[in-house]
Amino acid sequence: MKAASMVPVFLVGFLLVFAATDFPEWGNPQSPASDSPVSSHFIGKTGVDTEVPNMVTAVLADYRGFDTMFETVVVFIAGMAVLAILKNSVKKGSVRRDHEVDAEPDLIVTNMVRLIVPVIQIFAFYVLAHGHVSPGGGFQGGVIMGASFILIALSWDLETALARFSLNRCMGVAAAGILIYAGIGIFSMFLGGEFLDYAELERVLPVSREMARYHAMLGVEIGVGCTVTAIMFALYANLSSEGKLEGGL
Amino acid sequence: MGLELFNTFILLLLVAAALVALKVRDLITASVVFGIYSFLMCLLWAEMGAVDVAFTEAAVGAGISTVVLVATVFNLKRKSSD
Amino acid sequence: MFEDGAILNELFLERLNYLIYVVLLLIGLYAMIAKNNLIKKLIGMSVFQTAIILFYVSIGVKEDATIPIYLPEHDPHGEHAHARGGPEALSRGQVATYANPLPHVLMLTAIVVGVATLGLALAVSLRIYQGYGTIEEDELLVKLEREDARTRKAEFPVADSPKVESKRKPVAKRVSKTGKSKK
Repeated sequence: MKAASMVPVFLVGFLLVFAATDFPEWGNPQSPASDSPVSSHFIGKTGVDTEVPNMVTAVLADYRGFDTMFETVVVFIAGMAVLAILKNSVKKGSVRRDHEVDAEPDLIVTNMVRLIVPVIQIFAFYVLAHGHVSPGGGFQGGVIMGASFILIALSWDLETALARFSLNRCMGVAAAGILIYAGIGIFSMFLGGEFLDYAELERVLPVSREMARYHAMLGVEIGVGCTVTAIMFALYANLSSEGKLEGGL
Repeated sequence: MGLELFNTFILLLLVAAALVALKVRDLITASVVFGIYSFLMCLLWAEMGAVDVAFTEAAVGAGISTVVLVATVFNLKRKSSD
Repeated sequence: MFEDGAILNELFLERLNYLIYVVLLLIGLYAMIAKNNLIKKLIGMSVFQTAIILFYVSIGVKEDATIPIYLPEHDPHGEHAHARGGPEALSRGQVATYANPLPHVLMLTAIVVGVATLGLALAVSLRIYQGYGTIEEDELLVKLEREDARTRKAEFPVADSPKVESKRKPVAKRVSKTGKSKK
């Protein structure tokens, strides 16, 4: 088995190295990928079109908004699938694992987490809202927000975290995130544009066409952040307790 | 030249981390070494100028995916046969 | 050996990123094929995925270029833009000073989707462990074989008629295959 698997591995490796010698040099500004009209358009016109300094955010939420929307849907579907696979797979309180002990949550750890969690959550909002001018955005902010809930579940137990963010609420928030994203897209359709054509939102926002795109991107990022937060926490809650939603690590 | 040396160093460490993560028999160790691998990858991307990708990898790869792997391994057998 | 134009020079000095991406991809591919433990296979899958992401990000690098966030003199809300009365499109020379944002965008979403699919795969392996009590592939195959034999006995108590024989064919095929690989 192991010797046989080396045959496809080395075959693929030979072909890839053979192809790699034909690539443009690393960091060559004249390489086809970097010199293409699409990339040059994104770099040159982002400031004029949307007034967003961070090109990655502008391309992510505006120029390629359709792509990002369905990536968010993929995250949502993966979270739902984990729930569907693990729900009721074991009876509550039936099997006791070695790591499930009755010890009280540690005093030092819980008090430190009490201090840290608000800071983490504020940082998550900062990352989400500042995605336009610095690295960040909906995905990163959402993951950091989800991590703050995972930290609560790690230091107390899963029930404490679920009392603050129950699984039903999780799925509600995740669905709401996608609805916010799609809602902004459909709203711009009602205003006469195309799906996710944020510039049309200037009719309801008291700003110019460019700034309408700027602000609509923030709304879209909030939708992405909601979905990612909820799904990351739901993933941890289900996987750490085999779907029992009690005890945890 | 200094940056290129840094680049080479991280690339070699990456291969080493990937091999160790797949070689060790304790799955918790494998998960944590995979977290190290993710963080090295994040460092490499920050060095290449992909700051958003590096930020995402630091939060997702080194954070959430390591936690999720460890949480799952606690519910499985910790020892691996290879 | 490393002079200009030699193949080793091209691979190791100018295209080291591409070489390492191939190596990482092969490590991941080998782990996915040959490792026995399901969690090891999933770690291999993640290594494979990050290798692809490394390839994409390496494509977007430009020498002497800065990160894809506008410098103060090109910032649409900065003082320079106000002095000119609004942001202007960048010239061809200015475009070359910024790294290519397109691969970054494509890979940013791929990372988040990657962790979601990793979670899904872990959930499936957790379910396999609950059902069979193991996540080692060889033990799993033995248990699956035994279960197949049991259900076959329950479904077809008398295995003589040719009709039953034809129905059973795919199962028999798999048994012979696993038997061969064990030898």
